Amino acid sequence: MLKIKEYVKAESLEQAYELNQKRGNRILGGMLWLKMSNARIHTAIDLSGLGLGRIDETEEEIRIGCMATLRELELNEPLERISQGLVRESVKHIVGVQFRNLATVGGSLFGRFGFSDVLTGFLALDTYVELYKGGILPLRKFVEMKRDNDILVRVIVRKTYGNYVYLTHRNTKTDFPVLTVAVSSDSRGARAVVGARTQKAVCIALPQEWKCRLDQGNCSGKELQELSKELAGEIPMGSNLRASAGYRRHLAGVLIRRGLLALQERGRQDAD
Amino acid sequence: MQINVVLNGKTITEEIAPDLLLIDFVRNHKCYSVKRGCETSNCGLCTVFLDQKPVLSCGILAARADGHAVDTLEGLLEEAKEFAMFIADQGAEQCGFCNPGMIMNAIALFRENKEPSDEEIREYLAGNLCRCSGYEGQLRGIRAFLEYKKQGGALCVQ
Ligand SMILES: Cc1cc2nc3c(=O)[nH]c(=O)nc-3n(C[C@H](O)[C@H](O)[C@H](O)COP(=O)(O)OP(=O)(O)OC[C@H]3O[C@@H](n4cnc5c(N)ncnc54)[C@H](O)[C@@H]3O)c2cc1C
Ligand code: FES
Ligand code: FES
Repeated sequence: MLKIKEYVKAESLEQAYELNQKRGNRILGGMLWLKMSNARIHTAIDLSGLGLGRIDETEEEIRIGCMATLRELELNEPLERISQGLVRESVKHIVGVQFRNLATVGGSLFGRFGFSDVLTGFLALDTYVELYKGGILPLRKFVEMKRDNDILVRVIVRKTYGNYVYLTHRNTKTDFPVLTVAVSSDSRGARAVVGARTQKAVCIALPQEWKCRLDQGNCSGKELQELSKELAGEIPMGSNLRASAGYRRHLAGVLIRRGLLALQERGRQDAD
Repeated sequence: MQINVVLNGKTITEEIAPDLLLIDFVRNHKCYSVKRGCETSNCGLCTVFLDQKPVLSCGILAARADGHAVDTLEGLLEEAKEFAMFIADQGAEQCGFCNPGMIMNAIALFRENKEPSDEEIREYLAGNLCRCSGYEGQLRGIRAFLEYKKQGGALCVQ
């Protein structure tokens, strides 16, 4: 059972950061993941009084405070528009509405969980994280960094318009995913992100030639099947209670192909 | 630490331990409709409203509710009673243990979306597990209730 000795509602990010440097102190996001542990926390640092639950849209980007909940992401109109429904699709299977009203985007991305729908979804978008000390860096760099005691203040999604598709497979509804896949094609190129492979999500860039053909919508089903199988074969997979590595690899081929087919369909519609 | 919570419309000022969960806080105040099912944030039995939004009271500290309004089924009895008749009418509950959490979340759905489709109902209530009923009866009950509301609440329920 999680034990907490003291509770501080931070009055500034500097205060929260200072407190977070001490061993035994922890930042509280939605606390849902933390609560699953038997941690003995000396001081729980609550960020909920710092106005970090807002989602703001500017000309160039969408700025999401770390305390915004997964439900708020799901219902946010600018995010829906920019991501073509990818953000909503990536969170809507996570447990239930009551859960998503508590779980935060900050806790979800700072945790860099191996099963994460949230991480997979945001990796497909042009996403940056703003760390209190570490500054602004691309999410894909942050994912590779070792965990430290910084604070994830904001998630920033640049408005890089393109086509995005999110797919997931679960053994039962609301369970952790067996595999997550997001595919995208925008001005940065075309890519496939694969997560819940028992390790953190990875992003694979597709050759430029494929991006052009997908955008024009002229790849045959057979070509996409072969490409998807090849991409799936490049990604290390693990086994756990939910599925074996072999099953995940097969599933990755299927979900990437379905994603690319949907991407190509949207490319075709854009071209018309 | 001291917190101020408006629980079912009544302001409560209390000294609490920092790790007291909201579920224990409300149960300490005799809100026994709020049940501990899984305690791993999976079943929805412990659903309460925090500032009108449904949340899992087993997954949030009472300290987080400081300065906010918390409502449990005890505070929504009129609204709940009307709907609960339709669930009972379909024989949609067996042991009934899941019922308070499901009713709370269904009320949240009706407040958010007056005319939900079957798919929207299933999606909204996905986090409310029921080990007895198979969900079909609940869905029928919800549909019948929505129809009753659409007709201006004029149907006679036995
Ligand atoms: C039962 C259950 C089922 C789940 N199912 C899924 C699923 O199917 N798919 C999925 O993608 N996810 C799933 N999750 C994970 C969930 O969606 C959240 O990602 C997770 O709970 C973390 O979010 P939180 O707000 O609860 O963070 P917390 O538990 O509060 O924090 C997680 C960690 O991050 C730290 N932290 C929090 N916020 C910050 C910040 N701003 N800066 C720095 N550090 C911070 C905390 O100290 C802690 O170490 C599940 C979790 C549970 C408990
Ligand atoms: S007791 Fe809270 S979700 Fe099951
Ligand atoms: S009626 Fe028994 S758990 Fe739902």
